Parts: sequence; structure tokens; C-alpha cells
Amino acid sequence: MLNTFFAVLRRDLLLAWRGRADVLVTLAFFVIVVCLFPFGVGAEPNQLRAIAPGVLWVAALLACLLSLHRLFAQDHVDGTLEQLLLSSEPAVLWVLAKVLAFWLTTGLPVVLVAPGLALLLDLEQGALPTLALSLALGTPILALLGAVGAALTLGVRGGGMLLALLILPLFVPVLIFGAGAVEAEASGTGAAAHLLLLGGGLAGALALAPLACAAALRISTD
Amino acid sequence: MNSSQRGFRIFRFAAPQVFYPLAGRLAPWFAAAAVALTLVGLWLGFVVAPTDATQGEVYRVIFIHVPAAWMSMFIYLVMAFWSAVGLVMNTRLSFVMSQALAPTGAIFCFVALWTGALWGKPTWGAYWVWDARLTSQLLLLFLYFGFIALTRAIEDPRRADRAGAIIALVGAVNVPIIYFSVKWWNTLHQGASVSLTKAPSMATTMLAGMLVMAFAAWAYTLAVTLWRVRPMILERERHTEWVGEVLEREGGRK
Repeated sequence: MLNTFFAVLRRDLLLAWRGRADVLVTLAFFVIVVCLFPFGVGAEPNQLRAIAPGVLWVAALLACLLSLHRLFAQDHVDGTLEQLLLSSEPAVLWVLAKVLAFWLTTGLPVVLVAPGLALLLDLEQGALPTLALSLALGTPILALLGAVGAALTLGVRGGGMLLALLILPLFVPVLIFGAGAVEAEASGTGAAAHLLLLGGGLAGALALAPLACAAALRISTD
Repeated sequence: MNSSQRGFRIFRFAAPQVFYPLAGRLAPWFAAAAVALTLVGLWLGFVVAPTDATQGEVYRVIFIHVPAAWMSMFIYLVMAFWSAVGLVMNTRLSFVMSQALAPTGAIFCFVALWTGALWGKPTWGAYWVWDARLTSQLLLLFLYFGFIALTRAIEDPRRADRAGAIIALVGAVNVPIIYFSVKWWNTLHQGASVSLTKAPSMATTMLAGMLVMAFAAWAYTLAVTLWRVRPMILERERHTEWVGEVLEREGGRK
């Protein structure tokens, strides 16, 4: 059973590697969105420091949202998805592998780049590890929830906007605790509670989202 | 024997051709009840109920606001319930019910937000504060929009039904999470210190007016939903014989 998991994971990672440009575009999007904010709100360091956690988190969330269509679209078009659904392997397993590959190619780069960008916004250096940790815990939740939305909107007209409408309200708790963790660390109250809640959310999403996603894929390819 | 017969009778209404005339018969009664209850409720609320000691006349918006807010949350639960029933029992009518409920839920959600803003301006001095209840109500409205948009965007009704059901259930699981996270976020941010829960003991007539209005909202929801279900059933069952008969009969009446 784990063979399936690793086979799908390896295949998706290989595909992502062959199409490196797509992955880099997501990352560039994240960087540019963050860099837009000083132009919009002014380069006053105190103000930038205050909004930095929120800006970084919202940008990460949008980067995830805009790359979600890649998760199943290609496999849907060339029929891979149907073959996977027809196979005797449990769908939850390979869905999880696909989401993991997706996170490794879009979420992980954001996690790695975010601390550097945070310096541009003058975020306190003590809060940088918390920022990376909160993103590392939070972006997989975004990917898991987003996968359900991506599966439901597969091949639907206006899918991109619809996807945003469907899942952005569901992203709100992750945003609250993720940005809240960084803010709490920067203000000295400690981020443990936020990070624990994010971890709990990740555990819950890991258990439930693949089930919903597999059901949604069955419906979409019906 | 008797109980099994009764059970059979209830499930009989899951069949569209049985439910269609029943909905048509029931809807006018609920509509009449809604009108009557609204009149009584408004009379109680605007004529009988005393002026609030602290808020003055402004408080009277609660006679619309509170029932709308209750209804908007309750309808989402009912929607999720019918979605679950539809997915588990594979009954077509359940999906139709949940889709017919959604617009009413969204409207009540919007009414609650709107009247809340009108109440907030004179009382808090702002149309909007990022209070936990307001924010989660806003997110609930977005969840309704998502559900409606998804079910309308998918052309194949079978797929639209199931996809909508899944997003309704995912939303229902998330509603408490959203509520508590927003509540906690609000306390962390030390926003406008407004307490909605600290309601002063309410005069009996105020409570009565609010309850009557709540029942009016229930009756309205039932009437509108039943009316909305009927054409949806006809559209989905248009290839069947009984729909042909119904259309002939109703067309002949004109």
C-alpha cells in the first residue's frame, strides 16, 4: 500500500521538477505580492512591522490558492485521474501523496523564502523561526482544504474564481492562528498556543480532508 | 405492523411525484401563517413592547435582526443535514431541498448583517465592528455564496447535487472552528469592547415579540422553500410521465 503512496509522490515530484517554471512562478507571485504592500501602505517601518505577519500569511494563502488548479487539472485532462480512481488502491492514500507533493513544491518554497521576505518588512528577527514554523504547520492545512475545493471544481466553468469563493472562508481560521502566532511571538506573549492549535488543525485536516477529497474526485469524474 | 406502515408512509414523501403536490398544498398554509405571525410579531414589537431603558427605540430592530440571525444559522444546519441524508440514502429530493434552502439562508444572513449594521451605528457609533459574531456571520454568508455558486456552476445536476452536498458538509464541520477562531482572534485584538451576550433582562412582551417573529421566519422559510422546490422537481423529472400529466393539467387550467 505504501508503494502506491511513494509511486504517486515520486511521479508528481518528477512532473513538478520537469515543469520547474510553474513552481517558480508561484514563488515569484508570493514575493511580488509581499513587495506590493509597502507601495500601498507606505514604507514607514513601524507600520510595516505591524502588518508583516498578516501580509506574509495572506500572500502565502493566495499563492496556495492560485496554484491549486494544478493539483488535479492535468491528471483530469489526460485521464490519469480516472485510472487512479479505477485502481484497487484506496483513493485516500494517493490523494494524500498528491497533496504532499503539491505542498513540497508550493508550500515548502514559501516557508523557506518567507523569513527572508520578513526582513524586508522589518519583522523582528526573534519572530522569524516562529514565522517559518507557523507557515510549515499552516500551509499543509491550506493544501489539504484546498484539495477538496480543487476536486469539487474540477472542469467547472469559472473554476478559479469559484474555488476562491469556496475555500477562502475555510482558510480564515488558519490565517488567524498563523498570523496570530507570529504576532504573539513578536509582541512577546509567546506563540505556543497558536502553534499548538495549528498543529491540531493539521492533524484534523490530515484525517478528514483526504476522505472528502477522494469523495469529491469520485463525484467530479463520474 | 402499524409502525412499519407509518414508517413507510413517511418515506413515501421522498418520492418526487408524491412530494410535489404535497409541497403545493402546504406552501400556501405556511405563507398565510408567515403573514399572520409577522403582523402579530410586528404589532407586539413596535406597538406593545415598551421602549428600552438604555437603547431607546433603536433596540426594536432586534425583532427582525435576531430571528434572521437564528434562521440563517439554523438553515445552514438543515442544509447540511439534507446533504448528508442525500449522500447516505441517495435520495434525489434531499439535494433539491438543500439547494432550495440555500438562497433563503443567504437572504436571512444578509438581513441579519444589514439590520445589525443599522443597529450598530446609533448604539456603537459604527456600522461595523470586527466582533466575533459579526465576523462569523459574514463568513457564513460567504459559505452560502460558495454553496450556491458551486451548485449553479455545475451543469450536470447529479454532480452538482453531490458536489454541493460535500461543500455543505465541509462548511458545517468548519462553522464551529471558524466561530471559535474568530472569537479568540477578536479577544486577542482587543477590539471594540462590545458585549452582545450581556443582555439585560428582557421584558416579557419583547421576548414574546421576538419569538413570534422567529416563528414567522420559520413559516416564511418553509413556504418559500416548498415553492422553490416545486419547479426544481419538475425540471429534474421532466422526462417522467407524471410531470407530463402535471404540466398538461396545469397548462389546461390557464
